[in-house]
Amino acid sequence: MGDACSCGGCVGSKIGCDNVLDKFPEQKADLEKYMDSLPIGKEKEANRGLLIQCLHKAQGIYGYLPESVQLFVANKLGLHLSEVYGVISFYSYFTDIPVGENKINVCLGTACFVKGADKVMAEFERVLGVKDGQTTENGKFTLGGLRCVGACSLAPVVMVNDRVYGNVTPAMVGDIIADCK
Amino acid sequence: MINLTINNQPVSVEEGSTILEAAGKLGIRIPTLCHIKLDCFNVEHRVGSCRVCVVEVEGRPNLAPSCCTPVMEGMVVKTNTIRAINARRTMLDLILSDHPKDCLTCEKNLECELQNLAQEMGLHRIVYEGEQSTYPKDMANESIVRDLNKCIMCRRCETACNEIQTVGILSGVRRGFEAVVAPSGERPLNETKCTFCGQCVAACPVGALTEMDHTYAVWRALNDKTKTVVVQTAPAVRAAIGEMFGIMEGCTTGKMVTGLRMLGFDKVFDTDFTADLTIMEETHELIERVKAGKNLPILTSCCPGWVKFFEHQFPDMINIPSSAKSPQQMFGAVAKTFYAEKIGVKPEDMVVVSVMPCLAKKYEASREEFNSSGARDVDIVISTRELGKMFQEAGILFEKLEDSEYDSPLGESTGAAVIFGATGGVLEAALRTAADWLTGEDLKDIDFKAVRGFEAIREATVNVAGMDIKVAVASGLGNARKLLEKIRSGEADYTAIEIMACPGGCLNGGGQPYIHGDTSILKKRMDALYAEDTGKTIRKSHQNPDIKKIYEEFFGEPGSHKAHELLHTHYKARTNA
Ligand code: SF4
Ligand code: SF4
Ligand code: FES
Repeated sequence: MGDACSCGGCVGSKIGCDNVLDKFPEQKADLEKYMDSLPIGKEKEANRGLLIQCLHKAQGIYGYLPESVQLFVANKLGLHLSEVYGVISFYSYFTDIPVGENKINVCLGTACFVKGADKVMAEFERVLGVKDGQTTENGKFTLGGLRCVGACSLAPVVMVNDRVYGNVTPAMVGDIIADCK
Repeated sequence: MINLTINNQPVSVEEGSTILEAAGKLGIRIPTLCHIKLDCFNVEHRVGSCRVCVVEVEGRPNLAPSCCTPVMEGMVVKTNTIRAINARRTMLDLILSDHPKDCLTCEKNLECELQNLAQEMGLHRIVYEGEQSTYPKDMANESIVRDLNKCIMCRRCETACNEIQTVGILSGVRRGFEAVVAPSGERPLNETKCTFCGQCVAACPVGALTEMDHTYAVWRALNDKTKTVVVQTAPAVRAAIGEMFGIMEGCTTGKMVTGLRMLGFDKVFDTDFTADLTIMEETHELIERVKAGKNLPILTSCCPGWVKFFEHQFPDMINIPSSAKSPQQMFGAVAKTFYAEKIGVKPEDMVVVSVMPCLAKKYEASREEFNSSGARDVDIVISTRELGKMFQEAGILFEKLEDSEYDSPLGESTGAAVIFGATGGVLEAALRTAADWLTGEDLKDIDFKAVRGFEAIREATVNVAGMDIKVAVASGLGNARKLLEKIRSGEADYTAIEIMACPGGCLNGGGQPYIHGDTSILKKRMDALYAEDTGKTIRKSHQNPDIKKIYEEFFGEPGSHKAHELLHTHYKARTNA
């Protein structure tokens, strides 16, 4: 675990920091309130069913899932930290490294790929100057690939935060980025 | 009962049984790989991931994995059709496509379940050549090597660590070709709460999890003319080492001692001697605490896996385990002070080797506080398996050896010490001594059978010198956790508790010969240890003549200043993921 944090504002600045729980009591209260509203019981197996939604909420709050947050969720659900980490590492949606303000995700599922998602991805990489999985230096954008998002009729699909763009061509990349500003 | 036929043979089994179990009843073997069942601990790992156990079920379009398909009335099963056999072979071919083919130099060579299956099913060539995983090995700790390139994702280690031990270190991470079993954050084991109990190593069917081999260091020491090399053997080793040479029943203590002399050790000593010493110190502490009526229950502290477990998981309770060192560390301290002085050898010219049923003992010996002699008290720790390999390397035909006796003075021991190797044994040994000390008599009724056996948690109220003492025994860290939680909440009022990290105690330690799921072997080891106890003329630690002598000559009384200096330790609260 990292040393005491001195960055002064992990959530806003997206700088990696493992002290977010203590640093941001309001956010922690938010997560706690959400988890307390769930039917968490004594049975580990039943609680496991609640894990994904808790992680979803936590990532919504913090932007990513540092270990202290994983441990918080694990303890509340009575799960082992390793099990929580296993789930986070399984789903490409979750991340334990800090991400940019805007998450640009290019679907690389079969349908999108066949319709040219790789070219869209390459264009994003060129314009943003980062590779798949990386965050731009100014902390504004994180570029990633996704497995199928279930919108194959719109292939190729790009998701920017909660917004979905369909039938994307490399020519549209500049406008999509401009939309974020 | 459910009636079905398998390979044209009728069979009836209880509802809820699997096809695999029904086939077993008929004497039909179906190969398995990911499945493992440990009968005496009620543990079954049934994930159905490898599909090596598939069979044909009439009326079903798909082959069924027999390890996790329940039987149904009237079911017609064929285990040996060409379709089933081909499917199994394909599954194995696929597993082998991403498995290193370095069997010749693999730690698990001839003990690997994948290798056995390939042989049994007659695979003679590699069908699929493809990309191979390239994970770096984790060798950053003293006990366990993780070589995930050999992992077949059966997840047996996860059940061992998370369900049985509840330590929760291992989990499947990432997915697809990149999937591995790893601690959170994919840290090396030494940066986690791992107890080094080695139960994951015992569970792993292949060479992905193995012990850190220290045999070469032993060979080097044995060939160094300037060193006096002494060896100690833990109680449970004698009940299992014979298995590696086809001796499946009884202790082979005498042969093992002969073999160790043939390897070239200057003195062959017994950890049982310091097990007796442990009982002296621990029982003294128990009686003191009972008299004072505080800091109870007292918990045993001879198991390093257990010690690391409570340091991480119950840091608020680190004052209740006994402060007595484990027999291994008492031996190291005594050998390099008392004994070195006696024979006029400088501690730095002495090498202390331990043979242990355990992988956590390797870690324990490296803990920095164990340096009573000024440097490491126990220099090298090898497992029962490693000793067996050394015998093989040296061309020692173990089964043909004559018996011989341990050297004096650190080789004399009692029946109380030998049962340290079985769950419940330490507590029973302490009760034997406590009863005598409190009554001032030499009691005859010394078999405390209520604390023996493989049951998860055993509780008993035993009458010692007219006093009712409530005791409990747990083996397996999951069971230990249950007891500890009861103590923490104030729900339990025990006086003394014995805990061993491995289910069944040291006889099922992570360094013992592999049992591949056959728990009848554990039963035999337990019987062997209790038979060795009953066969001894002296069965109480405080009556060991050499123990009496060492107190007269060196320590004074149990709990003396000198005893505290050399035979006791302290614990530290630890965190980490
Ligand atoms: S040695 Fe024990 S605690 Fe460590 S990973 Fe293996 S099973 Fe878990
Ligand atoms: S490390 Fe061994 S026990 Fe664990 S999943 Fe891999 S092959 Fe199975
Ligand atoms: S042994 Fe049945 S699926 Fe692996």
